[in-house]
Amino acid sequence: MLTEFLDRLFQRHSTQTSSRETVKQRLQILLAHDRTDLSPAMVEQMRNEILQVVSRYVEIDSEGIEFLLENSDRATALIANLPIRRIRTEEQIAEEQAATLQVAEEDAAENPKLDLSLGEFSPAELNSNEEGMSTSSGTT
Amino acid sequence: MSRIIVVTSGKGGVGKTTTTANLGMALARRGKRVAVVDADFGLRNLDLLLGLENRIVYTAVEVLAGECRLDQALVRDKRQPNLALLPAAQNRTKDAVTPLQMKKLVAALEKAFDFILIDSPAGIEMGFQTAIAPAKEALIVTTPEIAAVRDADRVIGLLEANDIKKKYLIVNRLKPAMVQDDLMMSVKDVQEILAIPLIGVVPDDEKVIVSTNKGEPMVLAEKPSLAGMALDNIARRLEGEKVPFLDLTVPHDDFFTRLRKLFRGSSGKS
Repeated sequence: MLTEFLDRLFQRHSTQTSSRETVKQRLQILLAHDRTDLSPAMVEQMRNEILQVVSRYVEIDSEGIEFLLENSDRATALIANLPIRRIRTEEQIAEEQAATLQVAEEDAAENPKLDLSLGEFSPAELNSNEEGMSTSSGTT
Repeated sequence: MSRIIVVTSGKGGVGKTTTTANLGMALARRGKRVAVVDADFGLRNLDLLLGLENRIVYTAVEVLAGECRLDQALVRDKRQPNLALLPAAQNRTKDAVTPLQMKKLVAALEKAFDFILIDSPAGIEMGFQTAIAPAKEALIVTTPEIAAVRDADRVIGLLEANDIKKKYLIVNRLKPAMVQDDLMMSVKDVQEILAIPLIGVVPDDEKVIVSTNKGEPMVLAEKPSLAGMALDNIARRLEGEKVPFLDLTVPHDDFFTRLRKLFRGSSGKS
């Protein structure tokens, strides 16, 4: 019991990033947003549109997406990290474009299109899930 | 030409008024003629920190109404005759004085003083706009905490928009032991984030409370405290002197810190 308690105490200490680092990161993101004066809704819209364009050419791992405004020395930068799962073939790109046009004509949101692509590549998703399972079972 | 400096922060309670009182006193002791202006109408405190609250007869509001002359409203400090306070009205609200009126008051003070320090109210509304209106320079006071730094950043943006180019950062209430334990942002962290030149670092000090209890700025103490010395150094830097920053690192070798380090060391291996 006691050793378990101590272990947990120590582990928490060693694995946690320091609160000093945490506050610095929080502030950097916070101030980037404050300074640009972009509303969260506009950032979200920009994010969706960028994703839409990029996913026409490559398949993005939606779990690993990072999309932040950061700043240093009173200058702001948009940092987007979009992990690529696989490159689409030219055929697929052409298909996608046709689909996009169709969707645009129907005046629908981008969501159905995303569902489509996820359905197409379900094997890859399954694989990543398996990996997730095995790593988590290793730690317990 | 006199220097017109606003002391501001955005967030309340980070030490604007304490800074204004001490810098005013320190500059006056160094032979400068200093006027400290309380721009916090409705919530004045500067008089208390200077111990001058019982000597206020008129305030800036009466001067502007033509009910008294400016020199009648100014409270001369008896300990340090170079220092004078222009009090704010306590029974009015923050918009009792307009930015234009504040400019007029300060223009009149310029004739008789080398330094005019304006103690700004917290916030970024009308009272803040009034306080910064006549200023040519700004001291931004912040503490190494997320809310204070965020508000300071906002204020820096507003000062830029108001074309106040000379801006200096004061990091107040630093706890060096916490910084060393990675539990608080360091001065460098704060300065990197806000990206304006640093003019002073004031350590957290219980003497601040004792000094406000008595109405005696810390820079007056015979045995100067660390915070008092830090503030005195800021006054010297304002005058253009090159003063090295105080070494605020704490000796880190008592029994408990060693024990804690030992624990943390072993946790890394397990």
